[in-house]
Amino acid sequence: MSIAPAEVDRPDVAGRDATAPDVPWVVIVWNDPVNLMTYVTWVFQRLFGFPRAHATKLMLDVHLRGRAVVASGPRERCESDVARLHAYGLWATMQQDR
Amino acid sequence: MRPVPELFTRNEGGGIGTRLHRQLRLTLADLCDQLEHLLTTEHASSDPALARLSPAAYPDDPIQELEFERLLGDELTTGRLSSLRAMRESVNEPVLDEDLSLAWLRTLNDLRLVLGTRLGVTQDDGQDHLEDDAPMAAGFDLYVLLGHVQQELLLAIDPDAREPEDLDLE
Repeated sequence: MSIAPAEVDRPDVAGRDATAPDVPWVVIVWNDPVNLMTYVTWVFQRLFGFPRAHATKLMLDVHLRGRAVVASGPRERCESDVARLHAYGLWATMQQDR
Repeated sequence: MRPVPELFTRNEGGGIGTRLHRQLRLTLADLCDQLEHLLTTEHASSDPALARLSPAAYPDDPIQELEFERLLGDELTTGRLSSLRAMRESVNEPVLDEDLSLAWLRTLNDLRLVLGTRLGVTQDDGQDHLEDDAPMAAGFDLYVLLGHVQQELLLAIDPDAREPEDLDLE
């Protein structure tokens, strides 16, 4: 007899296991009419260390095509990147790159 | 005649000199106070401007989004308040160090996001057609002014941060 709790399937309350673990996540920045193009480029350089040319290309993708993938990788890192982008006022979301 | 003075200058020591009219400083202080009030009394679920400051990381997954907010939401608001209070306290300073200049830059952006949301700004080129409504027009003037101030500050922080010349603007 053991006092340890029986092994039960815990309900996935937080939903954090419901996603496919092997599919990488991507961070997407969306166009918005308020943020200045120069500021968005600067934020990409500052947060991700991108060279200016690459940061400018991403900014133009956001501006002209409406969105750009700016980072990818494990889920926790993408959540951190999204939070950092939100802190600078950029409109960022994340999703699995299916 | 004399040249148009720059609002911000980069000093040799790396600090950012501020050359703002007293009235502009008063306006910025008032806006910081208003933003602080908003951040401490309202919530993103009931205020579109705050929702713009804290967009959903998982727009299609409310459960994941709740978890994201639980993990990172407070930190985001705390960071915003910290920046705006730093700007509020240094609004009359003639020189800003690096931390303060970044706090100003982020807070100016937050103020524009809130004001832009309130005004219903939707056009990238800023050519929104406003109703013939004096308070709205005054708000739009303020929004444009803040954009100018933010851009000048960014150029003082990073002189290379100019718009690319071969932009294909529609």
